[in-house]
Amino acid sequence: MMTLSLATRNLLRNRRRSLATILALAIGATAVLLFGGYSADIRYTLLTDYVQTGGHLRIQHKDFLLFGNGNPTAYGVAGYDKIIKSIRDDPELRGRVRIVSPMLQFGGLAGNYAAGVSRPVLGLGYESKDVAAMRQWNEFGVAPIYGPYSLLGASDDSAVVGVGVARVLLLCESLAVKNCPKPQALAVQGKDGKALPADIADLATSEPAAPLAGPAATGKPKIELLATQPRGTPNVASLTVIAAEDQGYKELDEVTVKLQLSQAQRLVYGRSDPRATALMVQLERTSDIPAVSARLRALLDQALPGNALDVLDFERINPFYGETIALFATIFGFIFVLIGGIVLFTVSNTMMAAVMERTNEIGTIRAVGLRQGGVRKLFVTEGFLLGCVGAVLGVACALFLSALVNSLDLSWLPPGSSSPLPLTVRVYGEVGMIVGTTVGLIVVATLSAWLPSWRAAKLSIVDALRHA
Amino acid sequence: MSAVEKSYQMDDVTVPVLRGIDIDIRPALFTVVLGPSGSGKTTLLNLLGCLDRPDKGSVVVSGTDVGRLNDDDLSDFRRENIGFVFQSFNLIPVLTTFENIEYPLILAGMDKARRERRVKRLLEAVGLEERANNRPGQLSGGQRQRVAIARALARKPKIVIADEPTANLDSQTGQAIIALMRWMQLNFKISFIFSSHDHGLIKAADDLIVLRDGAIQSIRRKGDPSAPTAPAASSADTAAEHTWGAGGPDTDFAFLHEPTVVLTK
Repeated sequence: MMTLSLATRNLLRNRRRSLATILALAIGATAVLLFGGYSADIRYTLLTDYVQTGGHLRIQHKDFLLFGNGNPTAYGVAGYDKIIKSIRDDPELRGRVRIVSPMLQFGGLAGNYAAGVSRPVLGLGYESKDVAAMRQWNEFGVAPIYGPYSLLGASDDSAVVGVGVARVLLLCESLAVKNCPKPQALAVQGKDGKALPADIADLATSEPAAPLAGPAATGKPKIELLATQPRGTPNVASLTVIAAEDQGYKELDEVTVKLQLSQAQRLVYGRSDPRATALMVQLERTSDIPAVSARLRALLDQALPGNALDVLDFERINPFYGETIALFATIFGFIFVLIGGIVLFTVSNTMMAAVMERTNEIGTIRAVGLRQGGVRKLFVTEGFLLGCVGAVLGVACALFLSALVNSLDLSWLPPGSSSPLPLTVRVYGEVGMIVGTTVGLIVVATLSAWLPSWRAAKLSIVDALRHA
Repeated sequence: MSAVEKSYQMDDVTVPVLRGIDIDIRPALFTVVLGPSGSGKTTLLNLLGCLDRPDKGSVVVSGTDVGRLNDDDLSDFRRENIGFVFQSFNLIPVLTTFENIEYPLILAGMDKARRERRVKRLLEAVGLEERANNRPGQLSGGQRQRVAIARALARKPKIVIADEPTANLDSQTGQAIIALMRWMQLNFKISFIFSSHDHGLIKAADDLIVLRDGAIQSIRRKGDPSAPTAPAASSADTAAEHTWGAGGPDTDFAFLHEPTVVLTK
């Protein structure tokens, strides 16, 4: 108790120096926490995005990621209704599993034949009501990522395309897509490929243009989606594009065509038994992934002995998530080490100056009977107190600044993303990060005082008493 | 001290400070070490106070060869047996008068109630009850030295080492401090060992040790050790039967209620 009181008073003795050290610590803690809060928000936003669109877990053929896109028949899940029923009926999974929903993923060719354009696409067939319900999941309270699912309640032949698909298929105008560039007018050419004379070219361009996409009766454009059926026969579905939606990532935005699951199954499997390429499993809590994953594997082995199915979590399906988290963790670690180094030198310097100033006093307390360990304890306690006050002040500053940043409604464009995300710094509620940073900086500050304390304890009493 | 030698290293030069010191300090007396500057007085006191170790020879304090103790044991030995009064008072500036006196008692692990009782009585003894909550910076030189004396006595030591205790005080205050220490010495049978040039202190000394060039030039002892020449016995002599830590009930300076020495504040 005396050590704590004495250490506190010693720190108050040179207020300016102690304040400068505490401020250095606080600024360091604030920087670490703000960056940590920023990366935490990115982690939660990414996780929520993946879970809202694809669930925590997927049950699919173990080789689907390698070969399945080109052959959804061979790598599909047959009799998936039975699996869904057994999952829903399982008492161990009830309360943990929020939604189980089939999906069908296939490669195809989408064409706006009225405009004479087409492109390869990734077809995605979903149960609309399940997708709409999955978008409601928000365990970490992130800002809304998606609006309502456009295909919910839409007719069976409806489709939603990515903005990139709409652009290439020249659907932007009829779908009223904002910020969608139109192609520049091509130079009017003769049959021999040479440019026509100016007067004839003017005449040609004055002709009314053919509609870019054939409008359906609803006024929405139509596209044709070509896919391959079992045994390689092609099949075509005529779809009404009801909306073009940003898919978040440019690569997806350029190829995505979403349609109703039943329509997709008719397109891919024709009259054969419909299958799904995966079952999306969305959980109530992300922390249940390992337990539910293990239970699902057991359930599959029990229901379908010798099956070739695998249970994959969203991190395996979306490696970008793990890579992003690892990148941010590395940067966070680097910042922490950098700031830890600054704290170490600052506190060490402060304590060294204190030892110099109080040399005579150290001699006195040693003469009075304080052991070397007592001297070390005194200076280490001072370092500890500096660490505590600095870290706590840093936490307070970080909480205040994060609240300020969040209130400004700032946004940022992540790399590879096609639309900006809200810039949120998540410090409040991140107990693990706050406690970790606080304890880490306190430990660094305490260790920083160790060397000065050791020097103080080793001082010759006679020399120390002689010190003016 | 037996055949004690001590030297210091100054750059590449070894400077001998004490050479072959053989001395027996008589207990419970006022012993003053005299000598010109550089004669080795402070070094002698540092060795007697267990603040330093001899290069050669042995220092035996109260039957303990302190040269054989490790650093922690030596710290404990100092805390239990030796009090210090420094020329520059050496009070801890962030502690109050009360806390400065209390500090060695906390180090000794004494319980709070006993500590408070003892510190209060020491404050009464040195006449600083009203300054208990003042910090050293708010005290005069004489008051600070009285706090230092109270701190030195707090653990009821066998020996008090005082290096030029009156050097930073005016003569009147210095006399009062000497009187206080003499009174403490008489009452509690403490060995006071000083280095000083103060005439008042030299006159009050029971034994005089004169050093020159690191060797003892002479030792002059006043009277019989069993009947030291000292100021007239005071009314507090009835309490002089109490010896430091000699068993029986802990007096906690109970007999200091009526100090017989008038102190100049």
